[in-house]
Amino acid sequence: MTSLLNSLRRIWAVFMKETVQMRRDRLTFAMLGGIPIVQLVLFGFAINMNPRHLPAALIVEEQTPIVRTLVSALTSSEYYDFVMLESDPRKSGDLLARGEVSFVVTIPAGFTRDLVRGDQPQILIEADASDPAASSNAVGQAQAILTLALRHDLKGPLANLNAGPAPFDLVVHPMYNPEAKTSYNIVPGLLGVILTMTLVMITAMAMTRETEQGTLENLLAMPVLPGEMMLGKILPYVLVGAIETGVILMAARVIFDVPFVGQVWILLLGVTIFVIANLALGFTFSTIARTQMQAMQLTFFFFLPSILLSGFMFPFRGMPDWAQNIGEVLPLTHFLRIVRGVMLKDATLAQLQVPMLALCAFTAAVMVIALFRYRRTLD
Amino acid sequence: MSSDLAIDVRGLVKKFGTKTAVDGVDIQMPRGEVWGFLGPNGSGKTTTIRMICGLLKVTAGQGQCLGYDIQREAARIKAETGYMTQKYSFWSDMTIRENLEFVARLYGLPNMKRTVDEALEKLGLAHRQKQLSGALSGGWKQRLALAAVTIHNPKLLLLDEPTAGVDPQARRDFWDEIHDLSLAGMTVLVSTHYMDEAERCDRIVYLAHGHKIVEGTVAEVIDQSDLITFRGEGDGVRRLAHKLKSVEGLGSVAYFGSALHVSGRNVDLIRSVLAQNSSPDVTWEEVRPNLEDAFIALMAEAGGDARQYE
Repeated sequence: MTSLLNSLRRIWAVFMKETVQMRRDRLTFAMLGGIPIVQLVLFGFAINMNPRHLPAALIVEEQTPIVRTLVSALTSSEYYDFVMLESDPRKSGDLLARGEVSFVVTIPAGFTRDLVRGDQPQILIEADASDPAASSNAVGQAQAILTLALRHDLKGPLANLNAGPAPFDLVVHPMYNPEAKTSYNIVPGLLGVILTMTLVMITAMAMTRETEQGTLENLLAMPVLPGEMMLGKILPYVLVGAIETGVILMAARVIFDVPFVGQVWILLLGVTIFVIANLALGFTFSTIARTQMQAMQLTFFFFLPSILLSGFMFPFRGMPDWAQNIGEVLPLTHFLRIVRGVMLKDATLAQLQVPMLALCAFTAAVMVIALFRYRRTLD
Repeated sequence: MSSDLAIDVRGLVKKFGTKTAVDGVDIQMPRGEVWGFLGPNGSGKTTTIRMICGLLKVTAGQGQCLGYDIQREAARIKAETGYMTQKYSFWSDMTIRENLEFVARLYGLPNMKRTVDEALEKLGLAHRQKQLSGALSGGWKQRLALAAVTIHNPKLLLLDEPTAGVDPQARRDFWDEIHDLSLAGMTVLVSTHYMDEAERCDRIVYLAHGHKIVEGTVAEVIDQSDLITFRGEGDGVRRLAHKLKSVEGLGSVAYFGSALHVSGRNVDLIRSVLAQNSSPDVTWEEVRPNLEDAFIALMAEAGGDARQYE
């Protein structure tokens, strides 16, 4: 009985000690509260497995009541948001490659005439199928949406068209990934995810390790400037990033059979900027965190939205605007556009200008913060 | 601006929040000397050294180190100063050689390999150069640190309690090296708690509660203290010690080995108290006070023990 009491007393002593230490580490405490809330919000509100309001371009070569009916049916289905009207069919490929739209819907000249004649004219939907999850619902519903819409319009002399097969021929071109293989989308994305996780974490430890081991004072007493310290700490890991990239690209080719239709040098340029962006971010974390534990938590806190809001796991265009805005800040979002653009769409550098510049801007901003936060003295 | 003072600072103040760690310290230290920095823990020794070498911003005051302004030219001071931290701060997961190589590269020393070889040879660690530095014993760590902070041949060496926790023989060796470096022209400021080390310094500075209490050679500091010291020896001193400590205004009562020192300024009071408490197994004689007597008296006068054990 007394031994049980003694044991309880010792458990109580350890319990109290842990409580005191847990409370003292504010950042850990904040993370314990913050991470569940962030997860709830992201999973609950931001992620949408059946994305609607996907940006689409419309190419209509004639304006008739029937065409207008079809277009408004697609719009009111909420799957298609026609963000631009194009008259030049040759531009559709460029729009898809840039990722500005997910679909290009083309209704050719003479559509109405052929429909009335019963010639089953074609409606063309070119879909960016590089992300099958994003496009498949909208494409899958298209036939039903259009057929249903026409049913109301085909009255009187045209009522006979309602019988039998659909009076038009819906042609879907799933671009870039015609077999709708998820791995085509996921594996290139994994390159970005793996680089983010490993590289941010590795440099997040960089300064906190010196602080924890007591070697920081020694470093600060030596004549090395903050920028020199940052570059010296970051550069070895660029090599690590290069090796990781090589391994993943090789696996994509050999194991997963993912096509690589674009130019390698564009991807390598993107990877280089992205690697430096992540390393600089990690270094910034290490100037904020006081312990390696905190550095780990910051890394995790950053990794979570990166995975969920970048378009890696869930369709980017399917998220609400606020979530897309957060996503636009994350380097992974832009890198995914680059890697998928190059590997699957053969995008040119000009088409990838925006994500490339976004990555550069992110890197510069993060480096400025790091230099600002860097402790030059022990104060 | 060249100056024959290695350190020339006036009115240094450092506040951490509302707490004042250093409060108006002046130091004018000529080049080429070895000075001791003494004072209880928390008296501001480390903080002062850190301000001198640019590791802490000064709250108030100004000065120069090696002719460079301590607030604006910290980078230049760092390039010409070697600072050995109180806690071992080299990389435990790097070998002895790798640590020295890092420092040699950072200071851009020519012939890096030869410089490191020479340092290892002098250190007597050439045959252990591939061991991790963390595996070294306390005394060896300190010697490695000294070798590393002097590898770029700095003009000024700042040593913060370099011999804490080091065995007596290693301490002696360490001080021999300090004197060698001084002979080679280095200026050395070393903080310590050991009186025998303080006695090997050209001058000593005594800090308490962030104030400079006294400065001078060992003899000057003892003379300035103006103390009379009696030394009691014999089996009965332990019983006496308690009693004597409770006498108001007597001064300080402290052990030195098995002997008891009673130091104070009121010689008549001391004589009469000792006479009242005379005992056949204790013999008393008046001796010249030593440095520690002086410091104990200084500390008592500086007010209560305000140490904080960091």
